[in-house]
Amino acid sequence: MAPISIRDVKKSYGKTPVVHGVDLEIESGEFIVILGPSGCGKSTLLRMVAGLEEISGGEIAIDGRVVNQMEPRQRGCAMVFQNYALYPHMTVADNIGYALKVAGVSKAERSRRIGEVAKALSLEPFLARRPMALSGGQRQRVAMGRAMIREPKVFLFDEPLSNLDAKLRIAMRAEIRRLHRRLGATSIFVTHDQNEAMTLADRIIVMNAGKVEQVGTPEDVYNFPRTRFVAGFVGTPAMNLLEGRVNEDGAFVYDQGRIVDLPQDAGQAFAGQRVVLGVRAEAARLVSPEAQGALVATADFIEELGASRVVHADFDGLPFAVALTDSVRLKPGDRVGIVIDPHRMHLYSAETGAAILTPALAGTNLAHA
Amino acid sequence: MEKRVTFSSTITGLLFVVPMLLLIFVFFYWPSAQALYWAFTLEQPWGGGNRWVGFDNFSQLLSDPVYWGAIGRSMMFGLSSTAIAMGLALILALLTDRELRGHKIYRSVFIWPYAIAAPALGLAFRFILAPEAGLLSIINQVWPGLWNPALDGKDAMIAVIVAFSWKYIGYNFIFFLSALQGIPRSLTEAAAMDGSGPMRRILDIQLPLVTPTLFFLLVINITESFQDSFGIVDIMTQGGPARATELMVYKIYFDGFKGLDYSGAAAQSIILMLLVIILTIFQFRFIERRVHYK
Amino acid sequence: MIERTPIFNLICYTILALGLVIALLPFGIVIIAATLDLKAVNTVPMPLVPSSHFWANVQEAWTRADLGNKLVHSMIFAVAVAFGKVLLSSMAAFTIVYFRFPGRYLIFWLIFITLMLPLEVRIVPTYSIAANALQPFQAILDVTGLTSLFAWLFGIKIKLEWGLLNSYPGLVLPLVATATGTFLYRQFYLTVPDELAEAAKIDGSGPVRFFVDVLLPLSRANMIALFTIMFVWAWNQYLWPLLITTDPKFGIAVTELKTLIPSEFGLPDWNVAMAGTLIIMSPPLILVILMQRWFVRGLISTDK
Repeated sequence: MAPISIRDVKKSYGKTPVVHGVDLEIESGEFIVILGPSGCGKSTLLRMVAGLEEISGGEIAIDGRVVNQMEPRQRGCAMVFQNYALYPHMTVADNIGYALKVAGVSKAERSRRIGEVAKALSLEPFLARRPMALSGGQRQRVAMGRAMIREPKVFLFDEPLSNLDAKLRIAMRAEIRRLHRRLGATSIFVTHDQNEAMTLADRIIVMNAGKVEQVGTPEDVYNFPRTRFVAGFVGTPAMNLLEGRVNEDGAFVYDQGRIVDLPQDAGQAFAGQRVVLGVRAEAARLVSPEAQGALVATADFIEELGASRVVHADFDGLPFAVALTDSVRLKPGDRVGIVIDPHRMHLYSAETGAAILTPALAGTNLAHA
Repeated sequence: MEKRVTFSSTITGLLFVVPMLLLIFVFFYWPSAQALYWAFTLEQPWGGGNRWVGFDNFSQLLSDPVYWGAIGRSMMFGLSSTAIAMGLALILALLTDRELRGHKIYRSVFIWPYAIAAPALGLAFRFILAPEAGLLSIINQVWPGLWNPALDGKDAMIAVIVAFSWKYIGYNFIFFLSALQGIPRSLTEAAAMDGSGPMRRILDIQLPLVTPTLFFLLVINITESFQDSFGIVDIMTQGGPARATELMVYKIYFDGFKGLDYSGAAAQSIILMLLVIILTIFQFRFIERRVHYK
Repeated sequence: MIERTPIFNLICYTILALGLVIALLPFGIVIIAATLDLKAVNTVPMPLVPSSHFWANVQEAWTRADLGNKLVHSMIFAVAVAFGKVLLSSMAAFTIVYFRFPGRYLIFWLIFITLMLPLEVRIVPTYSIAANALQPFQAILDVTGLTSLFAWLFGIKIKLEWGLLNSYPGLVLPLVATATGTFLYRQFYLTVPDELAEAAKIDGSGPVRFFVDVLLPLSRANMIALFTIMFVWAWNQYLWPLLITTDPKFGIAVTELKTLIPSEFGLPDWNVAMAGTLIIMSPPLILVILMQRWFVRGLISTDK
């Protein structure tokens, strides 16, 4: 239950910079998920908070105290590692209780607290076992227990679910959320899995190439991606991104010369600029290829997602995904017409990748705002 | 472990393994069988082949205090040099594993001793530990006659133990360091997050996790102390003074090749072979099963 | 990891520095002694500053121990052992891992039992074979009556003889005849994906092609590791070469160390002895320094 401030934190290995100046204020009790592709520096950032990596520049403060020079054990953080890092030669009970043993907690007190934690995680039957005799999910819970027992101010998770199978991952996700609600400790959770990020986070930090791309609630990040990278990274299917230019009439022309009308004033504002048009699959709909203003494409394949269906269309060689709401009958190779909802268009600067038009603010010219 | 895909042409398969089989037949199995034969027979003084004597050679050996002396010394030599070499190697490996400044230098230099031939380091240590020249001669200047491996059996034993341990620090260091580096980094980090400092981690995490290597090395060191000691002993002391450093292999060599008592040497060989086999089985059966976590 | 343990680090550095001294001191003494003259080397305490007699000492040691010839012998011997090991063990392991036929397990165990007993331990029996390496086959022929049958049929008495004393085969072969390298190769083959053998089979190549075209190139790292470790091991052999090279003209460098020991009643010319020691111990040391990674890897995987 401690706020964390990360101020212009940098990390480089020798001359290679891996984290370039991250700023972040995390509130007490907040559940933060750092999302990004592998190698984006998200784990490094987490490890700097933990004290496992030296901080090359900037400052990290936990609960108001700058911790740059503090050892991991002085920071009051607990961490769940990707491969669990359970001590193979100790029993489950000893694994969970190790931190207390190091801290010199009496044996009776220790076993009482181990019992509590084991009960909360339904690990009671396994307390006498060694980690190698446990299943993946059980090991994961032991790792959680080891972090919980210290009642830390801050919980750090380094891709803790990535070694589990899909079903277990979803179950553990719920469990982590439930534990967080009960314990209320500030949590930072690193993952490359956007579903995990969406379901767990109070706020998501999207990172790419050592930089923070966007900080926001899951809804924010999904609905209003602030950069082209976030637009392409978050959401299944990913946002359709077409690179082109805005002509003098304020219409979007992409490279094959086809034209998409933009919302009136926005179009005018960006006339002559190179932009990227972003459209979520659900912001487009299928119409007859002959319909007026429809963009004509070829249906490539249909992805059945259970609750919904997505048509992947071939748009002059570019893939374009459209969500199907009704039970349209389609087969690969069919010609389809696509209509894009002008109020749900995103525009990104082709040069910087920054959002210059987002739907909620349609009509507002961000670049000039 | 078995392969899913295999070849079935028996002849090709046999051809690949025949050279090895021939070699081990001629140089391993036949001689070992012959040793067994000799151990139970006695060569006739004026030719006429060997006479079956049953366990006579063995009972003669085992009732010979000189032989027991060699066994005792071998044990003494093996255990103390193993303790020194493993203890020092473990400490050095643990500290090198901390990757303090210069750890690449330590990692390299601590291996060097193992590259040196036992007799070569025997000669080097013979000089270094010589009573009248070299390094330890200073002791004799201060306390005349205190140190003399050429005359004092105890000093001679210390000298060969020091030389042998020095070489095997390098060997043990290689294995300990590789075992330590095999411990996942995240375990150390987890322990650090759990609040334990470097010393505590050594005791709670690293030492328990290298116990398999520890036991493995224990057996290897003792076996090696039987065989690799020969060159050191032969160059440094030749078993002397007054048999004070006559170890088992040296005695076999001496009785068999200098004394030409093949039957006695064969019986000694059999006993030594049994000893080594027992140690090896002990390692495979008992130790391997007890201390493996993976 | 951020860790502020200055006192503990200081202790570590001290112990490590002590370790360095222990490890390097013998080298240092040998090198310094090799540069001194007879008088200086016998001074107590020995001077710790190198002097200028290195070449004179080396020359003296060189002629006294006949190092010109003996180093060549050692080199041939060690290379032959290392090469033989690599060749035979890669082949034997291939059969053990990749073939299925009756008796395979027997072969496996026959080879692996040899791991248990090093040459020194069974030196007496092995030496008995040196006079005639074909003695086992002669004995088999004799016992089965084939010798008499042959003599009766053709009037010739079969006499198989191949003396190994003072010959390279005699030096090399017994040292190649253990399973050390085979074990390393077996472990390696087991990690080779099955798909490769399947692909080879589908391509229609037989086991020999697969061995030559796929396994040997893949095992290059193993080969280097095994070669390094075996070279060092063979160069440092002492007891067996001592027994098998009875002719003073043959013989290898390491056994020549004996001729360098100052005799009890002669000159205590330790400076020459140390110069010779330095030369003789250098080749494996240089190899280990240059090939450290391979040496370590070979050592760890052959013994485990």
